[in-house]
Amino acid sequence: MDFIFVDRETDISMHTDKIGYDSKIESELIVTKADAVINWIRKHSVWPMPMGLACCAIELMAVGASRFDISRFGMEVMRFSPRQADCMIVSGTVTYKMAEVVRRIYDQMAEPKWVVAMGACASTGGMYRSYATLQGVDNIVPVDIYISGCPPRPEALLDAMMRLQDKIANEQSSKTLLSGNRSESAEITAAKEGR
Amino acid sequence: MQLVLDDILEKFPFLTARDSADHNAVNCPEDNFLECIQQLKDQFDYDFLIDVTAIDWDVETPRFTGIYHLFSTRKHCYLRIAVDCADSINPSLPSLAHIYPAADWHERETYDLMGIHYSNHPDLRRILMWDDYPYHPLRKEFPLAGIEVPLPAADVAERTGTQVEPAPMMGGPFVSSADGPMSQTEPSARDESWTESKTKPIV
Amino acid sequence: MTTTKEISIGDINARAQVSEEGFKGESMSLNVGPSHPTTHGVLRLRMELDGDILTKCDPVLGYLHRGDEKIAENMTYNQFVPYTDRLDYLAPLANNVAYAMAVEKLASLEVPERCQAIRVLCCELARISSHLLGVGVYGMDAGAWTVFMLTFTEREKLYTLFEELTGARFTTSYTRIGGVARDVPDGWLGRVLEFCKGVLPVLDTIDKLLTRNRIFMDRTVDVGVISKEDAIAYGITGPNLRASGVDLDLRKDRPYLGYEKYDFEVPIGTTGDCYDRYLMRAEEVRQSVNIIRQVIGQFPEGAYYAEDAKKIYAPQKSKVLTSMEELIQNFMIVTEGPQIPAGEVYFEAENPKGALGFFIVSKGGGVPYRLKIRGPSFCNLSILSKLLPGHYLTDITVILGSLDFVMGECDR
Repeated sequence: MDFIFVDRETDISMHTDKIGYDSKIESELIVTKADAVINWIRKHSVWPMPMGLACCAIELMAVGASRFDISRFGMEVMRFSPRQADCMIVSGTVTYKMAEVVRRIYDQMAEPKWVVAMGACASTGGMYRSYATLQGVDNIVPVDIYISGCPPRPEALLDAMMRLQDKIANEQSSKTLLSGNRSESAEITAAKEGR
Repeated sequence: MQLVLDDILEKFPFLTARDSADHNAVNCPEDNFLECIQQLKDQFDYDFLIDVTAIDWDVETPRFTGIYHLFSTRKHCYLRIAVDCADSINPSLPSLAHIYPAADWHERETYDLMGIHYSNHPDLRRILMWDDYPYHPLRKEFPLAGIEVPLPAADVAERTGTQVEPAPMMGGPFVSSADGPMSQTEPSARDESWTESKTKPIV
Repeated sequence: MTTTKEISIGDINARAQVSEEGFKGESMSLNVGPSHPTTHGVLRLRMELDGDILTKCDPVLGYLHRGDEKIAENMTYNQFVPYTDRLDYLAPLANNVAYAMAVEKLASLEVPERCQAIRVLCCELARISSHLLGVGVYGMDAGAWTVFMLTFTEREKLYTLFEELTGARFTTSYTRIGGVARDVPDGWLGRVLEFCKGVLPVLDTIDKLLTRNRIFMDRTVDVGVISKEDAIAYGITGPNLRASGVDLDLRKDRPYLGYEKYDFEVPIGTTGDCYDRYLMRAEEVRQSVNIIRQVIGQFPEGAYYAEDAKKIYAPQKSKVLTSMEELIQNFMIVTEGPQIPAGEVYFEAENPKGALGFFIVSKGGGVPYRLKIRGPSFCNLSILSKLLPGHYLTDITVILGSLDFVMGECDR
């Protein structure tokens, strides 16, 4: 039986390959930081809210289909109801007429929430530089991950979701959860810390 | 095809033939337009209205021309009808919605984008832009980048501080015009309303 | 203004009595918003309901209006090709071909036979792709998830084929004015035939799952009936029109790209309900496979672009880098655009969603003066305010899925 002593300060979620403890000594107890556990749970079950507007939505559906299985990441649960979703994937061109709708749905999502701007149109307006297109959805909602491509390949979307998982792993979630000001959203915390 | 066109020109003396690269095309004066369309539908079998649109000729008179495409499901041939709008400031045409129900939405779209008013239309309001949008985007004097107006939803505009802004055109699609000496036709974006040297247009 | 009335409903008979006495409620307004899984894309329906039955329906469009027609007035003909991809983004190749043909008609340009055969292949493969998605998502709307997964797996095979031919999975931008961007790669035709062999058994599986399925039939038979006169009056084209019994298919009635050489059947429906429209699409996939096999059987040799169109199609890169005349020609075409003579043209192609038309007005030069896109989905949706009232709320899903529209070409 190999014993690998785990430093108590170590964040377990970052060193999952070295995890090893003998359950006969320590029984079924792991000591770690609250952040590590909360972030680990959150990042492995991100439920996307597909704001599927145009062609990128088709690539989003392709990611949900069997070749580029997003179910491996626990994200096949595409909930169209904002109350049940974590991450809004804005896929497609956002026009000024639609911008209001995107913002309202973003406001209805419960904390914690993230936004992924998928594709060129959502990131910066794309090739539609015209009177009716919002030049980037970050004018309306705060964006966490931008994906380039027109449309981005499904692999690119999966890579972006993995980066989102890394981003979630680095969040200070217990501070936000346990702080007195419950209504302070992640964006405000980030702005305060100058991130 | 030429026979059909000759038939039509004979039956309706007020029509004149129009230059076209493919299908039969005729010019029709506004006053006889409705009656002509009704007869084309009943007697000449043009039962399918394909498209209703308009062209803005900018500085020419008349400025706006309404274009209608008709199709016959039995004879499988098209007919293009061009009607000039008499008034260039507030163009107006009679509505075909009671003859062809398909015209309903097409006319709403032409009203929205070009500003042509269709009289006797059952419900003439904007269809592609939002109801309060003040301009008609497809007119030639309207810049592609757009003009600054407030966002349609006031509460969202307040929270996010966004408004409808002109899109940046620097690095736009590079086109050069064919006329003029080569030294002066540098490829550049056609709509130069907002670039590094010119500030953003606000109306 | 609401009035309240106290009633205690004990048993079913009492309930029936109350409604006979004329108990009237208020109608409820419901907004099936732009962000909704049922509306494929961003369509908004403002409806009034009387209980479960729709009384009024007002579709609101424009949530994807990006200004394509205005953009077209600011760039050359070739620069506009990527925008045509994004019109009907389920069958981008078909849009590319329709646009290129409209401009070539204005220029009175005939493309060689090999190019025409490649374009027919593109159109038919795009048709299979679009109908597979139409059937798959329709099944998913009606509750059949397996069908969605099956069709998407087949579409992934198509995407691999498109990627090999054009470089992109979809949004291909493959055609140019005067030809196509590049020739078919070696062995591609064989792979297309293999795909055709593989898609037919999948269609049979979907047939077994859906066509005689009691639940599916209950949901779709006699729901959303569009009569022949209504279909013609409202400008509906494509499989929706043929499902209502009108025999109109532009490939047969006004053949283009050499469709008159190929022997295929056009399915025509009888009732014009949702079930017919579903059957229409499934059968059209089989006919497309038929056409593809014939095209590959008689695939011509030759050039894939119009070699004599000196001012329209850019010359080969190898010649551009070595010879002066081709260098100048390439420069002119890229900066000023393909020189298309002045005139007006309207061309319609039979796209999977309906008849996609381009009305182009040119004053000479490389930039169009006015480009109007006649989107089939725009016309197909105009019937909604007449079709939906009288149906149950749960029928909306089924009817919208059966109309198979795309907001990209509706709003442009």
